[in-house]
Amino acid sequence: MSQSNVQAQAQAGVKQHPISLYLKVWVLLFVLSTLSYMVDYFQLQGMLRWSLILIFMFLKAGFILAIFMHVAWERIALKLVLFLPPLAILVLIVLMAIEGDYTFINRLLSFISS
Amino acid sequence: MKENIPPTENTNTQEKNEDNWQGVVRDWSADKQTFDMPWGKLMMWIFLLSDTFIFSIFLTAYMNVRMSAMDSWPNSSEVFALTIAGHHIPLVLIAIMTFVLITSSGTMAMAVNYAYRGDKKKTVYFMAATALLGALFVGMQAFEWTKLIVDEGIRPWGNPMGAAQFGAAFFMITGFHGMHVSAGVIYLAVIARKVARGDYEKKGYHIVEITGLYWHFVDLVWVFIFAFFYLW
Repeated sequence: MSQSNVQAQAQAGVKQHPISLYLKVWVLLFVLSTLSYMVDYFQLQGMLRWSLILIFMFLKAGFILAIFMHVAWERIALKLVLFLPPLAILVLIVLMAIEGDYTFINRLLSFISS
Repeated sequence: MKENIPPTENTNTQEKNEDNWQGVVRDWSADKQTFDMPWGKLMMWIFLLSDTFIFSIFLTAYMNVRMSAMDSWPNSSEVFALTIAGHHIPLVLIAIMTFVLITSSGTMAMAVNYAYRGDKKKTVYFMAATALLGALFVGMQAFEWTKLIVDEGIRPWGNPMGAAQFGAAFFMITGFHGMHVSAGVIYLAVIARKVARGDYEKKGYHIVEITGLYWHFVDLVWVFIFAFFYLW
């Protein structure tokens, strides 16, 4: 049964990757998590802290998406569906950052005057 | 840019399988379904896209209240520190939770791989391991919440350490993520049982990959929460 199933999957065009690929990515994610934990453990501050956090975060997210979720092997048509709409989120983040700054400055001004 | 000359022989099948911008146009305009995958997998991707928006909105709202807060933001490194055997270790529980979730993602990836190889037994084992690790994660989160509510006095409307918005953002974001993990554990258990029963022998094991997509997404969201809420 299982033999015929493998053949059926192969015919359906499902790619097979060796287990070792997943183990490698797993180890990599472990290392990246440890590194981002070290950022906090050694209390790095300022731009160095923020840039390291973001770099490790995007690397981890990228490996999970590309290898574990198989996006690397999907067609461009699906990648567009997945990655075009979140661009709207970037716009939201920028707008809300501007708004947050504005609120903060207004609170400062009103608390100073009162 | 490379010149894209279609090969002369076997043009029909080769052209259809090429994945470039012309391929995208061909996928959308040809007289066939656009996305070459089972409908369940596409629907899972669409659901995960909508979930991406929900979590992004939570994290953006958190950024907004944190930027505009007048009181200083509580130092998460200290708030989530634990004293183990006399050693004061910052953020240690969160680090362990991160490793548990990554490990569960690794076992899930292997379950998907074994499912497509047709190895039913190993698929069920790895799915069960994933569900157990997920349950362990939720258990640790319950411990963390209890500690924060009972010992540290953190509430959605205020806390003794600083900005009142800390609690609201924390409970909302980690609560929603914990709910996703809990739902994922149930989802995994149900599908693993059906796999073990042999429900997918004839249909094929795409369902395991679909379940895997959901589970990896939960891990993916945690990567962002870990970076923005706990480390920032």
